[in-house]
Amino acid sequence: MTSLPTHTDQKLGLVIDLDTCVGCHACVVSCKSWNTENYGAPLSDQDAYGDPSGTFLNRVHSYEVQPEAGPAQTVHFPKSCLHCEDAPCVTVCPTGASYKRTEDGIVLVNEDDCMGCGLCAWACPYGARELDLKAGVMKKCTLCVDRIYNENLPEEDRVPACVRTCPSGARHFGDLGDPESDVSKLVAKRGGMDLMPELGTKPVNKYLPPRPKDTLDCGVSLDPVASEAKGFLGWLDKALEKM
Amino acid sequence: MHPAPSVIFFSAFSGLGFGLLAFLGLGMPGLNGWYAFTFYFIAYAFAVGGLLASVAHLANPKNAIKSFSQWRSSWLSREGILAIAALLVTAIYAIGRIFFDTSMIGIGAIGSVLSIATVFSTAMIYTQLKTVPRWNSPTTPFMFVSYSLAGGALLAAQVSGQLSASLYLLIVAAIAQLLNWRVGDQRMLTSETNLGTATGLGNVGVVRQYEPPHSGKNYLLNEMVYVIGRRHAQKVRRISFVAAFLIPVLALLSFRDAPHIGGILAIIFHTLGVVGGRWLFFAEARHVVANYYGK
Repeated sequence: MTSLPTHTDQKLGLVIDLDTCVGCHACVVSCKSWNTENYGAPLSDQDAYGDPSGTFLNRVHSYEVQPEAGPAQTVHFPKSCLHCEDAPCVTVCPTGASYKRTEDGIVLVNEDDCMGCGLCAWACPYGARELDLKAGVMKKCTLCVDRIYNENLPEEDRVPACVRTCPSGARHFGDLGDPESDVSKLVAKRGGMDLMPELGTKPVNKYLPPRPKDTLDCGVSLDPVASEAKGFLGWLDKALEKM
Repeated sequence: MHPAPSVIFFSAFSGLGFGLLAFLGLGMPGLNGWYAFTFYFIAYAFAVGGLLASVAHLANPKNAIKSFSQWRSSWLSREGILAIAALLVTAIYAIGRIFFDTSMIGIGAIGSVLSIATVFSTAMIYTQLKTVPRWNSPTTPFMFVSYSLAGGALLAAQVSGQLSASLYLLIVAAIAQLLNWRVGDQRMLTSETNLGTATGLGNVGVVRQYEPPHSGKNYLLNEMVYVIGRRHAQKVRRISFVAAFLIPVLALLSFRDAPHIGGILAIIFHTLGVVGGRWLFFAEARHVVANYYGK
Protein backbone atom coordinates (compact mmCIF):
# COMPACT_ATOMS: atom_id res chain seq x y z
CA MET A 1 0.00 0.00 0.00
CA THR A 2 1.53 3.32 -0.99
CA SER A 3 -0.17 5.31 1.74
CA LEU A 4 2.43 6.30 4.33
CA PRO A 5 2.33 4.81 7.83
CA THR A 6 1.27 7.33 10.48
CA HIS A 7 3.91 6.01 12.86
CA THR A 8 7.01 3.86 12.57
CA ASP A 9 8.45 1.94 15.56
CA GLN A 10 11.98 3.02 14.70
CA LYS A 11 13.44 5.66 12.38
CA LEU A 12 16.55 3.96 11.08
CA GLY A 13 18.77 6.25 9.08
CA LEU A 14 22.20 7.72 8.49
CA VAL A 15 24.00 10.70 9.95
CA ILE A 16 26.59 12.08 7.57
CA ASP A 17 29.36 14.27 8.89
CA LEU A 18 30.27 16.88 6.29
CA ASP A 19 33.18 17.95 8.48
CA THR A 20 35.05 14.67 8.28
CA CYS A 21 34.07 13.33 4.83
CA VAL A 22 37.20 13.39 2.67
CA GLY A 23 35.41 12.67 -0.63
CA CYS A 24 37.18 9.36 -1.32
CA HIS A 25 34.04 7.72 -2.84
CA ALA A 26 34.72 4.46 -0.94
CA CYS A 27 31.08 4.47 0.21
CA VAL A 28 29.97 4.78 -3.42
CA VAL A 29 32.02 1.75 -4.42
CA SER A 30 31.07 -0.44 -1.45
CA CYS A 31 27.39 0.47 -1.95
CA LYS A 32 27.51 -0.49 -5.60
CA SER A 33 29.35 -3.69 -4.78
CA TRP A 34 27.04 -4.89 -1.99
CA ASN A 35 23.85 -3.96 -3.79
CA THR A 36 24.94 -5.54 -7.05
CA GLU A 37 25.75 -8.86 -5.40
CA ASN A 38 22.80 -9.08 -3.02
CA TYR A 39 19.14 -7.98 -2.72
CA GLY A 40 17.23 -7.24 -5.94
CA ALA A 41 18.30 -6.63 -9.52
CA PRO A 42 22.02 -5.84 -9.90
CA LEU A 43 23.05 -2.21 -10.43
CA SER A 44 23.84 -2.28 -14.13
CA ASP A 45 26.29 -0.22 -16.14
CA GLN A 46 25.77 0.83 -19.74
CA ASP A 47 28.58 1.10 -22.29
CA ALA A 48 31.20 0.73 -19.57
CA TYR A 49 34.16 1.06 -21.99
CA GLY A 50 32.67 3.78 -24.24
CA ASP A 51 30.45 6.56 -22.93
CA PRO A 52 29.72 5.05 -19.53
CA SER A 53 26.72 5.51 -17.29
CA GLY A 54 25.32 3.33 -14.56
CA THR A 55 23.03 2.94 -11.59
CA PHE A 56 24.30 4.09 -8.20
CA LEU A 57 22.41 4.39 -4.91
CA ASN A 58 24.92 6.73 -3.36
CA ARG A 59 26.92 9.52 -4.97
CA VAL A 60 29.41 12.05 -3.63
CA HIS A 61 29.23 15.64 -4.85
CA SER A 62 31.96 18.15 -4.05
CA TYR A 63 31.21 21.77 -3.31
CA GLU A 64 33.09 24.95 -2.56
CA VAL A 65 31.54 27.18 0.11
CA GLN A 66 32.61 30.80 0.17
CA PRO A 67 31.77 32.50 3.49
CA GLU A 68 31.27 36.27 3.61
CA ALA A 69 34.72 36.68 5.15
CA GLY A 70 37.70 34.35 5.13
CA PRO A 71 38.89 31.69 2.74
CA ALA A 72 36.58 29.32 0.86
CA GLN A 73 36.31 25.74 2.07
CA THR A 74 35.62 22.49 0.28
CA VAL A 75 32.82 20.21 1.41
CA HIS A 76 32.38 16.67 0.13
CA PHE A 77 28.74 15.78 0.08
CA PRO A 78 27.59 12.14 -0.05
CA LYS A 79 23.95 11.82 -1.07
CA SER A 80 21.62 8.82 -0.91
CA CYS A 81 17.99 8.16 0.08
CA LEU A 82 17.05 10.09 3.23
CA HIS A 83 14.20 7.67 4.13
CA CYS A 84 11.84 10.62 4.60
CA GLU A 85 8.98 10.43 7.10
CA ASP A 86 6.72 12.13 4.56
CA ALA A 87 8.18 10.45 1.50
CA PRO A 88 6.58 11.85 -1.68
CA CYS A 89 8.11 9.02 -3.73
CA VAL A 90 5.92 6.48 -1.92
CA THR A 91 2.52 8.12 -2.29
CA VAL A 92 2.87 8.77 -6.04
CA CYS A 93 3.57 5.11 -6.83
CA PRO A 94 0.63 3.66 -8.79
CA THR A 95 1.48 -0.03 -8.44
CA GLY A 96 2.18 -0.33 -4.72
CA ALA A 97 5.84 -1.17 -5.38
CA SER A 98 7.13 1.68 -3.19
CA TYR A 99 6.50 1.47 0.52
CA LYS A 100 7.73 2.64 3.88
CA ARG A 101 8.13 -0.04 6.53
CA THR A 102 6.22 0.48 9.78
CA GLU A 103 8.80 -1.37 11.89
CA ASP A 104 11.89 0.66 11.04
CA GLY A 105 10.84 3.39 8.59
CA ILE A 106 13.02 2.13 5.71
CA VAL A 107 11.67 3.14 2.27
CA LEU A 108 11.89 0.23 -0.16
CA VAL A 109 10.86 -0.78 -3.67
CA ASN A 110 9.30 -4.17 -4.29
CA GLU A 111 10.83 -4.87 -7.69
CA ASP A 112 8.23 -7.53 -8.50
CA ASP A 113 5.56 -4.80 -8.55
CA CYS A 114 7.50 -1.90 -10.15
CA MET A 115 6.46 -1.00 -13.71
CA GLY A 116 9.32 1.43 -14.26
CA CYS A 117 7.22 4.57 -14.81
CA GLY A 118 9.79 6.75 -13.05
CA LEU A 119 7.26 8.99 -11.31
CA CYS A 120 8.81 8.31 -7.88
CA ALA A 121 12.15 9.58 -9.17
CA TRP A 122 10.38 12.77 -10.30
CA ALA A 123 8.76 13.14 -6.88
CA CYS A 124 12.05 12.82 -4.98
CA PRO A 125 13.80 16.20 -4.49
CA TYR A 126 17.13 14.56 -3.67
CA GLY A 127 17.76 12.49 -6.81
CA ALA A 128 17.89 9.41 -4.61
CA ARG A 129 16.10 7.08 -7.01
CA GLU A 130 17.58 5.84 -10.26
CA LEU A 131 15.84 3.63 -12.80
CA ASP A 132 18.04 0.69 -13.70
CA LEU A 133 18.19 0.71 -17.49
CA LYS A 134 18.92 -3.01 -17.75
CA ALA A 135 16.33 -4.33 -15.28
CA GLY A 136 13.74 -1.60 -15.95
CA VAL A 137 12.92 -1.22 -12.26
CA MET A 138 13.54 1.61 -9.80
CA LYS A 139 16.57 1.24 -7.56
CA LYS A 140 17.22 3.07 -4.32
CA CYS A 141 19.13 2.82 -1.05
CA THR A 142 17.72 -0.03 1.07
CA LEU A 143 19.75 1.03 4.10
CA CYS A 144 21.31 -2.40 3.46
CA VAL A 145 18.24 -4.09 4.88
CA ASP A 146 19.91 -7.39 3.93
CA ARG A 147 22.92 -6.61 6.18
CA ILE A 148 21.54 -4.86 9.25
CA TYR A 149 19.34 -7.80 10.34
CA ASN A 150 21.58 -10.53 8.88
CA GLU A 151 22.63 -12.89 11.65
CA ASN A 152 24.96 -14.75 9.29
CA LEU A 153 27.26 -11.72 9.36
CA PRO A 154 29.57 -10.87 12.26
CA GLU A 155 27.93 -8.25 14.46
CA GLU A 156 30.25 -5.42 13.39
CA ASP A 157 29.17 -5.94 9.79
CA ARG A 158 25.46 -5.48 10.57
CA VAL A 159 25.47 -1.85 9.43
CA PRO A 160 25.01 -0.44 5.91
CA ALA A 161 27.96 -1.13 3.60
CA CYS A 162 28.72 2.58 3.21
CA VAL A 163 28.97 3.03 7.00
CA ARG A 164 31.15 -0.08 7.42
CA THR A 165 33.57 1.01 4.72
CA CYS A 166 33.95 4.74 5.45
CA PRO A 167 37.63 5.23 6.34
CA SER A 168 37.13 8.64 7.97
CA GLY A 169 34.18 7.78 10.22
CA ALA A 170 31.96 10.28 8.46
CA ARG A 171 28.93 8.00 8.32
CA HIS A 172 26.85 6.84 11.28
CA PHE A 173 23.89 4.49 11.40
CA GLY A 174 21.18 4.19 14.03
CA ASP A 175 17.67 4.89 15.24
CA LEU A 176 16.95 8.59 14.87
CA GLY A 177 13.53 8.11 16.47
CA ASP A 178 15.15 7.27 19.83
CA PRO A 179 16.45 10.48 21.45
CA GLU A 180 18.86 8.41 23.59
CA SER A 181 20.57 6.71 20.63
CA ASP A 182 24.15 7.62 19.74
CA VAL A 183 23.11 9.09 16.40
CA SER A 184 20.40 11.25 17.97
CA LYS A 185 22.88 12.59 20.56
CA LEU A 186 25.36 13.31 17.77
CA VAL A 187 22.71 15.21 15.81
CA ALA A 188 21.73 17.21 18.90
CA LYS A 189 25.34 18.06 19.75
CA ARG A 190 26.49 19.01 16.26
CA GLY A 191 23.34 20.76 15.04
CA GLY A 192 22.35 18.10 12.47
CA MET A 193 20.28 19.51 9.63
CA ASP A 194 17.63 18.49 7.10
CA LEU A 195 18.13 18.91 3.35
CA MET A 196 15.48 21.08 1.62
CA PRO A 197 13.29 21.37 4.75
CA GLU A 198 11.05 23.77 2.80
CA LEU A 199 9.66 20.87 0.76
CA GLY A 200 8.18 19.22 3.86
CA THR A 201 9.58 15.73 3.26
CA LYS A 202 10.85 15.40 6.87
CA PRO A 203 14.03 13.44 6.04
CA VAL A 204 15.21 10.91 8.65
CA ASN A 205 18.87 11.13 7.55
CA LYS A 206 20.66 14.13 8.99
CA TYR A 207 23.75 16.03 7.86
CA LEU A 208 26.26 17.47 10.32
CA PRO A 209 27.50 20.87 9.09
CA PRO A 210 31.25 21.49 8.78
CA ARG A 211 32.74 22.81 12.02
CA PRO A 212 33.82 26.48 11.98
CA LYS A 213 37.38 26.77 10.70
CA ASP A 214 40.25 27.93 12.90
CA THR A 215 40.67 31.67 12.57
CA LEU A 216 44.40 32.00 11.88
CA ASP A 217 45.82 35.45 11.52
CA CYS A 218 45.57 35.04 7.76
CA GLY A 219 45.97 38.74 7.04
CA VAL A 220 49.54 38.96 8.38
CA SER A 221 50.88 35.52 7.53
CA LEU A 222 49.79 35.65 3.91
CA ASP A 223 51.03 39.20 3.21
CA PRO A 224 53.72 39.33 0.52
CA VAL A 225 57.19 39.45 2.03
CA ALA A 226 58.35 42.30 -0.23
CA SER A 227 56.67 44.09 -3.12
CA GLU A 228 59.71 46.12 -4.26
CA ALA A 229 63.01 44.40 -5.04
CA LYS A 230 66.10 45.92 -3.41
CA GLY A 231 69.90 45.51 -3.64
CA PHE A 232 71.26 43.08 -6.25
CA LEU A 233 67.79 41.82 -7.19
CA GLY A 234 66.65 45.44 -7.53
CA TRP A 235 69.53 46.11 -9.93
CA LEU A 236 68.73 42.89 -11.87
CA ASP A 237 65.05 43.85 -12.06
CA LYS A 238 65.90 47.27 -13.53
CA ALA A 239 68.52 45.82 -15.92
CA LEU A 240 66.09 43.22 -17.28
CA GLU A 241 63.37 45.87 -17.61
CA LYS A 242 65.65 47.94 -19.90
CA MET A 243 66.55 45.07 -22.25
CA MET B 1 12.42 17.61 -17.41
CA HIS B 2 13.18 15.34 -20.34
CA PRO B 3 10.47 15.83 -22.98
CA ALA B 4 9.95 12.14 -23.84
CA PRO B 5 8.00 11.81 -27.12
CA SER B 6 5.80 9.07 -25.63
CA VAL B 7 4.70 11.30 -22.75
CA ILE B 8 4.11 14.33 -25.00
CA PHE B 9 2.06 12.24 -27.43
CA PHE B 10 0.13 10.72 -24.54
CA SER B 11 -0.77 13.97 -22.83
CA ALA B 12 -1.61 15.81 -26.08
CA PHE B 13 -3.69 13.14 -27.81
CA SER B 14 -5.41 11.59 -24.79
CA GLY B 15 -6.43 15.15 -23.86
CA LEU B 16 -7.95 15.71 -27.31
CA GLY B 17 -9.58 12.28 -27.36
CA PHE B 18 -11.19 12.58 -23.93
CA GLY B 19 -12.24 16.14 -24.75
CA LEU B 20 -14.07 14.84 -27.82
CA LEU B 21 -15.63 12.02 -25.77
CA ALA B 22 -16.87 14.62 -23.27
CA PHE B 23 -18.77 16.43 -26.05
CA LEU B 24 -20.05 13.24 -27.69
CA GLY B 25 -21.42 12.05 -24.34
CA LEU B 26 -23.48 15.22 -24.13
CA GLY B 27 -24.95 14.56 -27.58
CA MET B 28 -22.82 17.18 -29.31
CA PRO B 29 -23.07 16.48 -32.21
CA GLY B 30 -26.21 14.36 -31.83
CA LEU B 31 -25.45 11.87 -34.61
CA ASN B 32 -26.41 8.22 -35.00
CA GLY B 33 -25.22 5.28 -37.11
CA TRP B 34 -22.14 5.60 -39.31
CA TYR B 35 -21.75 9.34 -38.68
CA ALA B 36 -21.60 8.67 -34.94
CA PHE B 37 -19.16 5.79 -35.56
CA THR B 38 -16.73 8.13 -37.33
CA PHE B 39 -16.65 10.55 -34.41
CA TYR B 40 -16.29 7.78 -31.82
CA PHE B 41 -13.57 6.14 -33.89
CA ILE B 42 -11.51 9.36 -33.84
CA ALA B 43 -12.13 9.87 -30.11
CA TYR B 44 -11.11 6.32 -29.21
CA ALA B 45 -8.12 6.36 -31.56
CA PHE B 46 -6.81 9.51 -29.83
CA ALA B 47 -7.65 8.49 -26.24
CA VAL B 48 -6.51 4.86 -26.52
CA GLY B 49 -3.54 5.78 -28.73
CA GLY B 50 -2.45 8.26 -26.10
CA LEU B 51 -2.80 5.70 -23.32
CA LEU B 52 -0.81 3.12 -25.32
CA ALA B 53 1.93 5.72 -25.86
CA SER B 54 2.12 6.18 -22.11
CA VAL B 55 2.56 2.43 -21.68
CA ALA B 56 5.48 2.66 -24.14
CA HIS B 57 7.09 5.04 -21.64
CA LEU B 58 7.29 2.27 -19.01
CA ALA B 59 10.57 0.44 -18.47
CA ASN B 60 8.79 -2.66 -17.15
CA PRO B 61 5.31 -2.71 -18.76
CA LYS B 62 4.49 -6.25 -17.63
CA ASN B 63 3.51 -4.78 -14.25
CA ALA B 64 1.31 -2.06 -15.76
CA ILE B 65 -1.87 -3.88 -14.70
CA LYS B 66 -0.87 -3.33 -11.06
CA SER B 67 -1.13 0.43 -11.55
CA PHE B 68 -4.90 0.28 -10.96
CA SER B 69 -4.37 -0.69 -7.33
CA GLN B 70 -3.15 2.44 -5.51
CA TRP B 71 -5.97 4.93 -6.15
CA ARG B 72 -6.05 5.89 -2.46
CA SER B 73 -2.79 7.80 -2.74
CA SER B 74 -1.60 7.94 -6.35
CA TRP B 75 -2.89 10.30 -9.05
CA LEU B 76 -1.31 8.10 -11.72
CA SER B 77 -3.33 5.16 -10.46
CA ARG B 78 -6.53 7.26 -10.33
CA GLU B 79 -5.90 8.41 -13.88
CA GLY B 80 -5.64 4.84 -15.14
CA ILE B 81 -8.87 3.82 -13.42
CA LEU B 82 -10.77 6.92 -14.58
CA ALA B 83 -9.53 6.45 -18.15
CA ILE B 84 -10.77 2.87 -18.32
CA ALA B 85 -14.07 3.85 -16.65
CA ALA B 86 -14.56 6.75 -19.10
CA LEU B 87 -13.83 4.55 -22.11
CA LEU B 88 -16.20 1.80 -20.95
CA VAL B 89 -19.09 4.07 -19.96
CA THR B 90 -18.94 6.10 -23.17
CA ALA B 91 -18.71 2.82 -25.11
CA ILE B 92 -22.18 1.88 -23.82
CA TYR B 93 -23.53 5.26 -24.90
CA ALA B 94 -21.74 4.97 -28.26
CA ILE B 95 -23.21 1.52 -28.94
CA GLY B 96 -26.68 2.96 -28.34
CA ARG B 97 -25.97 5.82 -30.73
CA ILE B 98 -24.30 3.75 -33.46
CA PHE B 99 -26.43 0.58 -33.53
CA PHE B 100 -29.75 1.40 -31.92
CA ASP B 101 -30.37 5.07 -32.74
CA THR B 102 -30.95 5.75 -29.05
CA SER B 103 -29.43 8.30 -26.74
CA MET B 104 -29.00 7.16 -23.14
CA ILE B 105 -28.58 10.68 -21.81
CA GLY B 106 -27.68 9.72 -18.23
CA ILE B 107 -24.94 7.30 -19.26
CA GLY B 108 -23.58 9.78 -21.81
CA ALA B 109 -23.40 12.49 -19.16
CA ILE B 110 -21.57 10.19 -16.73
CA GLY B 111 -19.12 9.33 -19.54
CA SER B 112 -18.51 13.05 -20.15
CA VAL B 113 -17.79 13.72 -16.48
CA LEU B 114 -15.44 10.71 -16.31
CA SER B 115 -13.62 11.89 -19.47
CA ILE B 116 -12.94 15.32 -18.00
CA ALA B 117 -12.01 13.76 -14.65
CA THR B 118 -9.44 11.66 -16.52
CA VAL B 119 -7.82 14.76 -18.00
CA PHE B 120 -7.91 16.44 -14.59
CA SER B 121 -6.11 13.50 -12.98
CA THR B 122 -3.51 13.49 -15.77
CA ALA B 123 -2.80 17.11 -14.87
CA MET B 124 -2.63 16.28 -11.17
CA ILE B 125 0.20 13.81 -11.80
CA TYR B 126 2.33 16.85 -12.68
CA THR B 127 0.66 19.39 -10.39
CA GLN B 128 1.33 17.35 -7.24
CA LEU B 129 5.12 17.45 -7.71
CA LYS B 130 6.63 19.99 -5.30
CA THR B 131 9.96 19.10 -6.88
CA VAL B 132 8.96 20.92 -10.08
CA PRO B 133 7.86 24.38 -8.86
CA ARG B 134 6.68 25.42 -12.34
CA TRP B 135 4.05 22.66 -12.40
CA ASN B 136 3.05 22.87 -8.76
CA SER B 137 0.13 25.33 -9.14
CA PRO B 138 -3.66 25.16 -9.71
CA THR B 139 -3.15 26.70 -13.15
CA THR B 140 -1.79 23.35 -14.41
CA PRO B 141 -5.08 21.36 -14.13
CA PHE B 142 -6.98 24.46 -15.34
CA MET B 143 -4.76 24.52 -18.42
CA PHE B 144 -5.00 20.78 -19.13
CA VAL B 145 -8.78 20.67 -18.78
CA SER B 146 -9.39 23.82 -20.81
CA TYR B 147 -7.07 22.58 -23.60
CA SER B 148 -8.94 19.30 -23.63
CA LEU B 149 -12.34 21.02 -23.84
CA ALA B 150 -11.20 23.42 -26.58
CA GLY B 151 -9.68 20.63 -28.68
CA GLY B 152 -12.69 18.41 -27.99
CA ALA B 153 -15.08 21.14 -29.14
CA LEU B 154 -13.11 21.59 -32.37
CA LEU B 155 -13.06 17.85 -33.05
CA ALA B 156 -16.77 17.61 -32.20
CA ALA B 157 -17.34 20.19 -34.95
CA GLN B 158 -18.84 22.74 -32.56
CA VAL B 159 -17.86 25.44 -35.03
CA SER B 160 -21.01 26.87 -36.56
CA GLY B 161 -22.51 30.17 -35.52
CA GLN B 162 -20.72 33.39 -34.75
CA LEU B 163 -19.95 32.47 -31.14
CA SER B 164 -19.48 28.73 -31.24
CA ALA B 165 -18.42 26.61 -28.27
CA SER B 166 -15.03 26.14 -29.97
CA LEU B 167 -14.38 29.84 -30.13
CA TYR B 168 -15.28 30.41 -26.48
CA LEU B 169 -13.28 27.44 -25.26
CA LEU B 170 -10.22 28.33 -27.37
CA ILE B 171 -10.19 31.76 -25.74
CA VAL B 172 -10.56 30.23 -22.25
CA ALA B 173 -7.72 27.78 -22.98
CA ALA B 174 -5.53 30.60 -24.30
CA ILE B 175 -6.07 32.51 -21.05
CA ALA B 176 -5.34 29.35 -19.04
CA GLN B 177 -2.10 28.86 -20.96
CA LEU B 178 -0.97 32.46 -20.41
CA LEU B 179 -1.83 32.15 -16.71
CA ASN B 180 0.14 28.91 -16.46
CA TRP B 181 3.23 30.52 -17.99
CA ARG B 182 2.91 33.60 -15.81
CA VAL B 183 2.33 31.72 -12.55
CA GLY B 184 5.03 29.18 -13.53
CA ASP B 185 7.59 31.95 -14.08
CA GLN B 186 6.56 33.44 -10.74
CA ARG B 187 6.98 30.10 -8.96
CA MET B 188 10.50 29.80 -10.35
CA LEU B 189 11.38 33.28 -9.10
CA THR B 190 9.89 32.80 -5.63
CA SER B 191 11.07 29.21 -5.10
CA GLU B 192 12.93 28.99 -1.78
CA THR B 193 14.94 26.00 -2.97
CA ASN B 194 18.52 26.50 -4.13
CA LEU B 195 21.89 24.79 -3.77
CA GLY B 196 22.13 26.37 -0.31
CA THR B 197 18.99 24.66 1.04
CA ALA B 198 19.68 21.49 -0.98
CA THR B 199 23.04 21.00 0.76
CA GLY B 200 22.20 22.79 4.01
CA LEU B 201 25.41 24.78 3.47
CA GLY B 202 23.66 28.03 2.58
CA ASN B 203 24.12 29.18 6.19
CA VAL B 204 27.89 28.89 5.84
CA GLY B 205 28.28 30.81 2.60
CA VAL B 206 27.76 30.79 -1.14
CA VAL B 207 27.82 27.20 -2.45
CA ARG B 208 29.27 26.24 -5.82
CA GLN B 209 29.85 22.80 -7.31
CA TYR B 210 33.48 22.27 -8.19
CA GLU B 211 33.41 18.56 -8.92
CA PRO B 212 30.37 16.53 -10.01
CA PRO B 213 29.92 13.05 -8.52
CA HIS B 214 30.39 11.35 -11.89
CA SER B 215 32.13 12.32 -15.09
CA GLY B 216 29.54 10.73 -17.41
CA LYS B 217 25.80 11.08 -17.80
CA ASN B 218 23.32 9.30 -15.58
CA TYR B 219 19.58 8.68 -15.24
CA LEU B 220 19.06 11.80 -13.14
CA LEU B 221 20.72 14.10 -15.66
CA ASN B 222 18.97 12.51 -18.64
CA GLU B 223 15.56 12.46 -17.02
CA MET B 224 15.44 15.59 -14.88
CA VAL B 225 18.17 18.00 -15.90
CA TYR B 226 17.14 18.91 -19.43
CA VAL B 227 18.46 22.37 -20.19
CA ILE B 228 17.99 22.78 -23.97
CA GLY B 229 14.28 23.58 -23.67
CA ARG B 230 14.88 26.39 -21.21
CA ARG B 231 17.11 28.22 -23.70
CA HIS B 232 14.44 28.51 -26.40
CA ALA B 233 11.44 28.75 -24.10
CA GLN B 234 10.25 32.21 -25.18
CA LYS B 235 10.37 31.40 -28.91
CA VAL B 236 8.57 28.06 -28.52
CA ARG B 237 5.95 29.77 -26.35
CA ARG B 238 5.15 32.27 -29.10
CA ILE B 239 5.11 29.64 -31.87
CA SER B 240 2.88 27.23 -29.95
CA PHE B 241 0.52 30.00 -28.83
CA VAL B 242 0.05 31.26 -32.39
CA ALA B 243 -0.56 27.72 -33.68
CA ALA B 244 -2.77 26.51 -30.84
CA PHE B 245 -4.96 29.59 -30.43
CA LEU B 246 -4.39 32.55 -32.73
CA ILE B 247 -4.63 30.75 -36.08
CA PRO B 248 -7.59 28.54 -35.02
CA VAL B 249 -9.55 31.56 -33.74
CA LEU B 250 -8.83 33.52 -36.94
CA ALA B 251 -9.74 30.48 -39.06
CA LEU B 252 -13.07 30.08 -37.28
CA LEU B 253 -13.85 33.79 -37.62
CA SER B 254 -12.85 34.13 -41.27
CA PHE B 255 -14.57 30.94 -42.54
CA ARG B 256 -17.92 31.73 -40.95
CA ASP B 257 -19.76 30.80 -44.15
CA ALA B 258 -17.89 27.52 -44.52
CA PRO B 259 -17.44 26.50 -40.88
CA HIS B 260 -16.13 23.04 -41.70
CA ILE B 261 -13.15 24.38 -43.64
CA GLY B 262 -12.40 26.77 -40.81
CA GLY B 263 -12.87 23.91 -38.36
CA ILE B 264 -10.44 21.59 -40.15
CA LEU B 265 -7.81 24.32 -40.43
CA ALA B 266 -8.32 25.10 -36.75
CA ILE B 267 -7.96 21.43 -35.77
CA ILE B 268 -4.70 20.98 -37.69
CA PHE B 269 -3.03 24.08 -36.27
CA HIS B 270 -4.44 23.59 -32.80
CA THR B 271 -3.08 20.03 -32.64
CA LEU B 272 0.37 21.18 -33.77
CA GLY B 273 0.23 23.94 -31.17
CA VAL B 274 -0.79 21.52 -28.41
CA VAL B 275 2.11 19.19 -29.22
CA GLY B 276 4.55 22.15 -29.24
CA GLY B 277 3.11 23.48 -26.00
CA ARG B 278 3.37 20.09 -24.31
CA TRP B 279 6.98 19.70 -25.46
CA LEU B 280 7.72 23.00 -23.77
CA PHE B 281 5.68 22.06 -20.68
CA PHE B 282 8.23 19.32 -20.02
CA ALA B 283 11.32 20.87 -21.57
CA GLU B 284 11.25 24.17 -19.68
CA ALA B 285 10.28 22.65 -16.31
CA ARG B 286 13.19 22.65 -13.88
CA HIS B 287 13.43 19.90 -11.26
CA VAL B 288 15.01 20.91 -7.93
CA VAL B 289 17.55 18.07 -8.23
CA ALA B 290 19.28 20.21 -10.89
CA ASN B 291 20.57 22.33 -7.99
CA TYR B 292 22.90 19.54 -6.86
CA TYR B 293 24.53 19.58 -10.30
CA GLY B 294 24.72 23.38 -10.45
CA LYS B 295 22.45 23.46 -13.54
